[in-house]
Amino acid sequence: MTIEELEQIAESTKAEYAKYDHEINVCMGTGCLSQHSDQLKDALAKAVAAQGKNTFVRRTGCMGLCAAGPLILVDPEEILYQHCNASHAESIANSLGGEPVAALQCDLREHFDQQVHIVLENSGHIDPEKIDDYIARDGYKALVKALTEMTPNEVIQQITEAGLRGRGGGGYPTGLKWSMVAKAGGDIRYVICNGDEGDPGAFMDRSVLESDPQRVLEGMAIAAFAVGASKGYVYVRAEYPLAVARLTNCLREARRRGLLGNNICNTPFCFDVEIRLGAGAFVCGEETALIASIEGKRGQPTPRPPYPAVSGLFGKPTLINNVETFANIAPIIRKGGKWFASIGTEKSKGTKVFAITGKITNTGLVEVPLGMSLRQIIEGIGGGVPDGHTFKAVQTGGPSGGCIPNEHLDIPVSYESLVQMGSMMGSGGMIVMDDTSCMVNVARFFMEFCMTESCGKCIPCRAGTAQMHTILTRICAGQGSMDELDLLIDLCATVKETSLCGLGQTAPNPVLSTLRYFKNEYIDHIVHKRCRAGVCDIRDPASVSESPVSPLEVLA
Amino acid sequence: MSASVDVKTLIIDGQEVSARAGQTILEVAREHNIDIPTLCHLDGLSDVGACRLCLVEIKGSNKLLPSCVATVEEGMEVSTATERLQKHRHTILELLFAERNHICSVCVANGHCELQSLGQKQGLTHVRLPYRNPDLPVDASHERFTLDQNRCILCTRCVRVCAEIEGAHIWDVMGRGIDSLVITDLNQPWGDSACTRCGKCVQVCPTGALFDKSKVGTDHPKYPDFLPYLNLMREAR
Repeated sequence: MTIEELEQIAESTKAEYAKYDHEINVCMGTGCLSQHSDQLKDALAKAVAAQGKNTFVRRTGCMGLCAAGPLILVDPEEILYQHCNASHAESIANSLGGEPVAALQCDLREHFDQQVHIVLENSGHIDPEKIDDYIARDGYKALVKALTEMTPNEVIQQITEAGLRGRGGGGYPTGLKWSMVAKAGGDIRYVICNGDEGDPGAFMDRSVLESDPQRVLEGMAIAAFAVGASKGYVYVRAEYPLAVARLTNCLREARRRGLLGNNICNTPFCFDVEIRLGAGAFVCGEETALIASIEGKRGQPTPRPPYPAVSGLFGKPTLINNVETFANIAPIIRKGGKWFASIGTEKSKGTKVFAITGKITNTGLVEVPLGMSLRQIIEGIGGGVPDGHTFKAVQTGGPSGGCIPNEHLDIPVSYESLVQMGSMMGSGGMIVMDDTSCMVNVARFFMEFCMTESCGKCIPCRAGTAQMHTILTRICAGQGSMDELDLLIDLCATVKETSLCGLGQTAPNPVLSTLRYFKNEYIDHIVHKRCRAGVCDIRDPASVSESPVSPLEVLA
Repeated sequence: MSASVDVKTLIIDGQEVSARAGQTILEVAREHNIDIPTLCHLDGLSDVGACRLCLVEIKGSNKLLPSCVATVEEGMEVSTATERLQKHRHTILELLFAERNHICSVCVANGHCELQSLGQKQGLTHVRLPYRNPDLPVDASHERFTLDQNRCILCTRCVRVCAEIEGAHIWDVMGRGIDSLVITDLNQPWGDSACTRCGKCVQVCPTGALFDKSKVGTDHPKYPDFLPYLNLMREAR
């Protein structure tokens, strides 16, 4: 494969699609599929054929606005329809070339216009199962460029210059990580893509793998070239069957096109990728546990150092990056590190994909430049809290993160600012909560998650999370005391500072951050035996007798 | 000694010490009679860094390092017993005692239990946390030994000694988090397992979780000190 051959494929694919007057893109990500977008696609194909329209109906990945699914996008007019189903196929086919179907039209310019799509540039525009679609949109140009025009060192320099940081949560500089692996001794090295996305309410990696798997693969291949690896693994959750299927197909297609395998682009570079399925343990997102799992061992973390960059998979130097990190690589190589570094803040470059869920109007995926304020993301792009409720807090970073209240929403989103707020970037989940959420109960929920997902190896995490969960449950039930609250704070400190891996070290964060901003709710539960949000079922005899509302009145 | 041996000097608790490169902080500290509490570590077995009691502070870093796996570096300044560390050790011991059912007075290992003596050494007079007292089984199916899950602290010494020294690997860990349990074979009764009846696991168990049936009601000291000797003899062969 040479750059000319690549361009030839791109041209012929584009020419193929240019034959059609219209293209209908039907979202077939997991969200829309659950609403039968596959039937919608079949119905559309039938309808356009029946009406003799010269139109191509394409299966695509996620378009982002999952709340309005199933979504379809009609090109070249760029008309977006929401909440479609098979019964609408006729009228949509009918409207092609004429007036759009007003009842279905989705007009959310402010939702899309404020976003900057780098990782998601192809999502919703290409068929994730066709490699030629990807190539037609500049796919694999970066890999060919790296292999034929650049040295591994130059590739790493570009990544370093871009200022890209790990998108899995830690925010470690990607260029630095790559150069560490490249400099490690020995001749066998591995590249691993971490697709074990486990945070509640986060689905960025799933969406990227479902919508544009080739991009991740290209990023991995470039990384392998840069660090001198010839074997890669994609570790992906078995709970993501569609992502696994599309990834499997993507590997097959890439091998068919000679973009994976031996002597890629007639260079000495050889690279192949294997998929490993996670068995559902959250802790396997931690890199040392993930490596243990790939090796076939129990998914438990091991103390670092040695870091995987020095001794990782099978004891060899290993590069582990997140799905979204790899998805950023190809555009950086294509357009240069400087271009990427021009987006974002001083220390946090580029864009970040967030999964906005919870009490928010526009549930779904958004990609925004770092440095945008949380308020703009939630109230602008997200459309704010629905049903007349008031915003209370946003939870970022999953079970390792924290809750950020209204008064801090104007901070620009970056790795540092979120840590300062007592939360963290994490993998990019954002759960919005309104006045119907009880923050003590939220902390209890996340503690329960950490307790059940702890691997059980080190004591602070294993027993500490269980004890903290007991205390939080007691507080939620109105049985807690102020002494127990002090004990909880003590336990938080020990678990945070002494746990072996990131899971335990960050498990107290939801408690600490809710205590920081919503301590009054804890006191309400403990002293006044009252849950203002009405979530906790407090059955303290004293508070029941005080209550002036009789059960009959509630029923009426 | 070959000339290529790399010697590092560092400071542990204000004392200047020298060490070979690659030695762990714990090794060097113990060579110099500086006591760092440990539970999962045992001379002769691989280290897992799980009990977190051996954490030490390094000057210039906010992170606490497990001294059983952290290796020495030139010019390091290590503190092994700061107030912060003692507080955490205290809490970790409380977590251990409250996790299952540790009542020393009725335990077969009373007087010979590492958890008990660590508690005494750290001045643990009471446990602030509620005992969880989970409903756990006792496996007495083995001819000679008994496994009492209620006293297990999941240090995995038995798992390691069986896999690394005896080479039978009948022990392993099942489940996760607070529900983790040590098991024999694929959770078969110990008596039906492929156990070689060597008894090493009983000798290395720091608590009364694994004990010799013949010692019930009597004194049950354990002798885990044979491991380094065994390793040495094997290497010599």
